[in-house]
Amino acid sequence: MPAIAVAIIDSGGANIASLQFALQRLGQSSVLTTDATEIRAASRVILPGVGAARNAMSKLRDHRLLDVIRNLKQPVLGICLGMQLLAEASDEEDVDCLGIIPGTAARLPASPQFPVPNMGWCPILKTAEDSVLDGLNSGNYFYFVHSYALPVSQITLASAEHEHRFAAIVRQGNFLAAQFHPERSSAAGSRLLKNFLCWRP
Amino acid sequence: MRDDVVVKGVRFRDHRVVGDIVELAERYCTEGADELVFYDITASPEGRTVDRRWISKVAAVIDIPFCVAGGIRTLAAAEEVLNKGADKISINSPALENPGLISDLARRFGSQCVVLGVDSFESAGGYRVYRNTGDPGKTSATERSMLDWILEAQQRGAGEIVLNCMNQDGVRQGYDCPQLVLARRHCSVPLIASGGAGAHQHFADVFQQANVDGALAASVFHNADIHIADLKRFLAGKDLAIRL
Repeated sequence: MPAIAVAIIDSGGANIASLQFALQRLGQSSVLTTDATEIRAASRVILPGVGAARNAMSKLRDHRLLDVIRNLKQPVLGICLGMQLLAEASDEEDVDCLGIIPGTAARLPASPQFPVPNMGWCPILKTAEDSVLDGLNSGNYFYFVHSYALPVSQITLASAEHEHRFAAIVRQGNFLAAQFHPERSSAAGSRLLKNFLCWRP
Repeated sequence: MRDDVVVKGVRFRDHRVVGDIVELAERYCTEGADELVFYDITASPEGRTVDRRWISKVAAVIDIPFCVAGGIRTLAAAEEVLNKGADKISINSPALENPGLISDLARRFGSQCVVLGVDSFESAGGYRVYRNTGDPGKTSATERSMLDWILEAQQRGAGEIVLNCMNQDGVRQGYDCPQLVLARRHCSVPLIASGGAGAHQHFADVFQQANVDGALAASVFHNADIHIADLKRFLAGKDLAIRL
């Protein structure tokens, strides 16, 4: 089987099309798959996700992908729910996640002043330097759509603000994760995807 | 939208063609729009679902979120729109016919995908919700008050409310700030103002007075009376947090 450049893990939920289109605009083809062999063979892997954590974890479990993902050595990018799936757990229906990155996704507190879902463009604050953030700066806006978030921690590369600050980008070894949607974040998002595509962790 | 072109009316009447869907989407994206919304205005009155061939084309060329509305009344129809690359679906008349649709969509796709469009008209009886506003011949008042409806929709799982103040639509006299202030007090999901934008200052007013999460406009952009990049620079100059 020929090696696949980018494998997108199909964790269910909608909106994979926009991610594939964003990669296409960067000249990068991708396959959407739940096949363990394809995922292991890919040079880069993306774990997207829209929807509920429990559904997505069940789907990954049904396809026997939990250990496959945990053992990936190539660059991996978790997006939105995909970021939370990489964490230890989510408070959303109290679900255990992959436990690759530390932290538990907690619900954002909602009020008329701080609506939830946190849906819209928010500026990031860089909290660490990393080559995967080349060309990106504090104050760059990204498009967020989420009701849960990981707390700021030692692995946080950038944070963003709702009522409290939360982790916007984290990195643990070869695992990179973003709470926002780079595929819908205009030039800044495209830059992060481009950086990921040539990242050597 | 109607028959593959973008149209715009005044107070939901007398629609005229303003351009090709994909070209306009690309143009607004380049000019700095933060999000696009596509309304297939005649879908509900004609009892059909939004035509979907253009959705993938739009998703392929733009890199900002977009929302699709128009006669989406089943989970299958919503799924198709989302799978083609739309980030959100917006429902209005179908939710009035069947409020359970909001709950079903939110459970299936998550609240973040489910936008409720509300067409509200102020009359002696207060703020009243209208249905089928895409066709003047079929537009009618419902029994619902604007506030009751947005509260129920949030409980059912709507993830965003677009409040279109019909008295102001297309007439460019400014957003209906008093109504939006009232809605904001009862809205813990994102609230988008719609109807009435005619000048830069109107956008500043609605953000500052009503603390809305977004301001939607059509006429002023379609007619090139307001350029999005100029508008955003103006708003940034007013100390509003905005992506430039």
